[in-house]
Amino acid sequence: MPRPTLTFEEIIERLDVYFDAEFTFIKSEDAAELIIKQPRSIQDFILNLCKRISATNEELAFQFTMNSIRALEAMDQHMVEAWAMTATDNYDRKGLTPAMIVIRDLDNYVHTAHVNACGAVLDEEISILLPFVQGLSGRKLKIAEAEDNHAYTDTETIFLPAITALLEESKDNFLIYKATVAFHWAQIQFGTFRLPFDEVLDCDDPVTQLKKITALETIRLEACIKRELPGLYRDMQILKQKTTDNNEQTHSDNWQNVVDKLSAIDACVNDTLHCLELISDKQLPDSCCYQGVLKLDQVTDIMQKRIEKEKAYFRIALSELAKESLKKNKETTEDTDDNETTTFNIKTRNDKQQISNSLVELELEGELVAIPDHVKELMTSIIVDFGEIPPEHLHAAGPGEYDLKKYEDEMLNPDDVWQGTYHEEGAELYNEWNFKRQHYHKNWCVLRELEIEPKYDDFVEDTLDKHKGLLKSLRHTFEILRGEDKLLKRQVYGDDIDIDALVEAYADVKSGMEMTDRLFTKMHKEERNVAVMFMVDMSGSTKGWINDAERESLILLCEVIQILGDRFAIYGFSGVTRTRCELYKIKAFDEEYNDEIKGRISNIQPKDYTRMGVFIRHMTRIFNGVDASTKLLITISDGKPDDYDTYRGEYGVEDTRQALYEAHRDGIHPYCITIDEEARDYLPHMYGAANYSVIDDVTQLPLKVSDIYRKLTT
Amino acid sequence: MQSKALKPEEYFIKDEPYYQTVGDEIAIFEAAYRQSLPILLKGPTGCGKTRFMEHMAWRLKRPLITVSCHDDLTASDLVGRFLISGGETVWVDGPLARSVRHGAICYLDEIVEARKDTTVVIHPLADDRRVLPMEKVGEILEATPEFCLAISYNPGYQSVMKDLKQSTRQRFVALEFDYPDAALEAEIIIKETGIDTATANLLVKFAHMTRDLKGSGLDEGASTRLLVHAAKLIHEGISPVVACKTAISQAITDDADMMVAMHELSSSLF
Repeated sequence: MPRPTLTFEEIIERLDVYFDAEFTFIKSEDAAELIIKQPRSIQDFILNLCKRISATNEELAFQFTMNSIRALEAMDQHMVEAWAMTATDNYDRKGLTPAMIVIRDLDNYVHTAHVNACGAVLDEEISILLPFVQGLSGRKLKIAEAEDNHAYTDTETIFLPAITALLEESKDNFLIYKATVAFHWAQIQFGTFRLPFDEVLDCDDPVTQLKKITALETIRLEACIKRELPGLYRDMQILKQKTTDNNEQTHSDNWQNVVDKLSAIDACVNDTLHCLELISDKQLPDSCCYQGVLKLDQVTDIMQKRIEKEKAYFRIALSELAKESLKKNKETTEDTDDNETTTFNIKTRNDKQQISNSLVELELEGELVAIPDHVKELMTSIIVDFGEIPPEHLHAAGPGEYDLKKYEDEMLNPDDVWQGTYHEEGAELYNEWNFKRQHYHKNWCVLRELEIEPKYDDFVEDTLDKHKGLLKSLRHTFEILRGEDKLLKRQVYGDDIDIDALVEAYADVKSGMEMTDRLFTKMHKEERNVAVMFMVDMSGSTKGWINDAERESLILLCEVIQILGDRFAIYGFSGVTRTRCELYKIKAFDEEYNDEIKGRISNIQPKDYTRMGVFIRHMTRIFNGVDASTKLLITISDGKPDDYDTYRGEYGVEDTRQALYEAHRDGIHPYCITIDEEARDYLPHMYGAANYSVIDDVTQLPLKVSDIYRKLTT
Repeated sequence: MQSKALKPEEYFIKDEPYYQTVGDEIAIFEAAYRQSLPILLKGPTGCGKTRFMEHMAWRLKRPLITVSCHDDLTASDLVGRFLISGGETVWVDGPLARSVRHGAICYLDEIVEARKDTTVVIHPLADDRRVLPMEKVGEILEATPEFCLAISYNPGYQSVMKDLKQSTRQRFVALEFDYPDAALEAEIIIKETGIDTATANLLVKFAHMTRDLKGSGLDEGASTRLLVHAAKLIHEGISPVVACKTAISQAITDDADMMVAMHELSSSLF
């Protein structure tokens, strides 16, 4: 029997709660009137979504409800949900107004929904396009999303529109991306930006002039692509046919001459300049789907900086090479003049081909110099900019000529970030799960890895002394666990003969039976392949004896894990709000357990709050780079996830649960050790029934932690 | 038709194995051989180390005994062991002992894959003593001047765990191998497979593309050996794009995105 439709009053009652009508003064009646006319299933659908959005913002939920019927007419339920989530994502990132725009501008969304269905989305294709462009020779280029919808390059990054939906099939749209990437790569590789744009555009009509240049360069670059990537060139021709209307442009003979000239194998930017005067404004062909635009203002600055920087680096590299060869020569010849500036020569091995890195060699005083990889990369980049290595680059830098600090990317010190205004540079961003919304907040938490200064005090010695007896027995138990060589008997292959088996076999043969082939002994080493990560709660609530107990446990653990030889890492976590999640590295996987690590453990101090999901996600990411058959993530905590903002209660628990689920999916076993006596209420929900321990007595923590670890890993 | 079974020490390579000289490696090998020095070949997979050994065995007219090392390879696998025959135990030489006895070239391929204790047994053979102690039979086997020990390893992908010990590596004359430059590599492909120059050049270009991706998603670029495989398929009539996919992309990586990216690269070329 179908459920009865909701009455007006019932709907009002629910909406009032969702909209928090008492405080927001949103009129639920208007919305209710729309919903009342719908069948029950639609009513439920709208109310459910309304509830989820209201977890983000009531006004947004109201606007959604008002537009929901129209949306359902235009799209299926799945798309309507996606539409609502786009709005909440926008709210997260940009605020209420942009979110409202998504809701109000329904038609636009419906249109883009169609585009999304058949278009290629940069976000999805970038994992293919990036290796693609890096596989093409030359400078290692990056790919990023263009703010407007035009593709362009700044000579280091290729900017592409977020969505390409020019053609019906997504396969073809991907091809447009690919062609665009290759075309802009060609612009950089074959020297479009070597054109003296300042001079050329210094005329009455720079806009038309730029159009002419673009058209001519397109001809030249397409010819280059035809030679370099013939397969792609064929595809590009097909794309051209598909995207332009089939009106054959009639070209004059003059135009054909230009095409021939620019398509020649030795055509260069100078030919483009030359042809510029040969063509008129009216002859220009339509622009094609992959050619993008030239954004010269973006190029100049970046190029300038790079050229300067690479020259400095290159000349310094040369001076190092010179020093090395000097050292070698000194062994044979005694007198050398240090003050003389050293100049290298360039030797190209094959002049016929396009100048390329592998054919360029460096020569110093008539002798070839081996070029290290990083210098090779520099040379490639310089050649891309100039078409050659300019002579002034070839003088080795004198001492103190350059201050490299000027060129270094400004490395942000994570500790400084909070002294200035808030920004997200140099941090890692993680999603967070909103259970009410049943959706992730994208790039929600800002996480930074910070260092802990080691504190060299008596803590470690005192701890080892205090738990002397315990440590002794722990050591003993752990030593038994250690994988040891085992002599396997009666093996098919092995290092030595198993005499017992042989005698038996011999007897078997004598009595006419078949002889077994298991006659060898073999040493077999049982190796533990365990990697374990400890996540230590450094929230303010651990202040005092909990903190002491935590540190003591860590010291004991480290001592005994050493015996087992398991790989382990220790991180502390704390933070205030989603914008300030701080992870303190105490010991990374590749660090050895030494006095510095001991000092860091000693200096673990209570900080702020406990936001857990983001740290678990970060740990999962670190863990994914570790190769081990057993991966264990052990959290040592004193209570529920809890942060200064909304991250408390159910929200925090659900996000943590989701993060743990993600970790589990990646083959990591999470485990929680806590001293919160109420933990039995929520831990089974987060970690699963068997994956946690509650320790009632804090002083027992050091013993228990090691004990739990032993049980977990055997 | 039945294939011939030969003992390894009796197997001499009759026809010259094709090997394209890159530098002076042949001269160095011959010099080291005359001076009874052991040789270490370094280089990425598929760049021609094994082929070089075959070529040198042919040149020096010595049998070549190759042992592919693996992590279960024990010292007795190399030196030899007692087996039972007719109610008695009989000593059977391992490949290393055979090589020493018959003055062959013993080539231990991917030496770091072998267990640490195994690599130590070659030490007395690899320095000026040139003897192989056989503890189990209580004998010491002295190497003749014809005997030659060569080992290979790939410094590129080995983990820290599997590095070659200094005490081992410092006994050898090292020859470094790398992929040949473009023109030479194309020539090798043509000689090996008989495909046309244009396709060979494109294949080499594709290989360079994949080698550029080393470090940004690939552990290792396409080796010359893989190029030869692809070229052979192309020679058989398989389309170049499919040949690159099956013989190169799929062989190098399991990563789906990377495979697609490499497919896009090859389809751009052919």
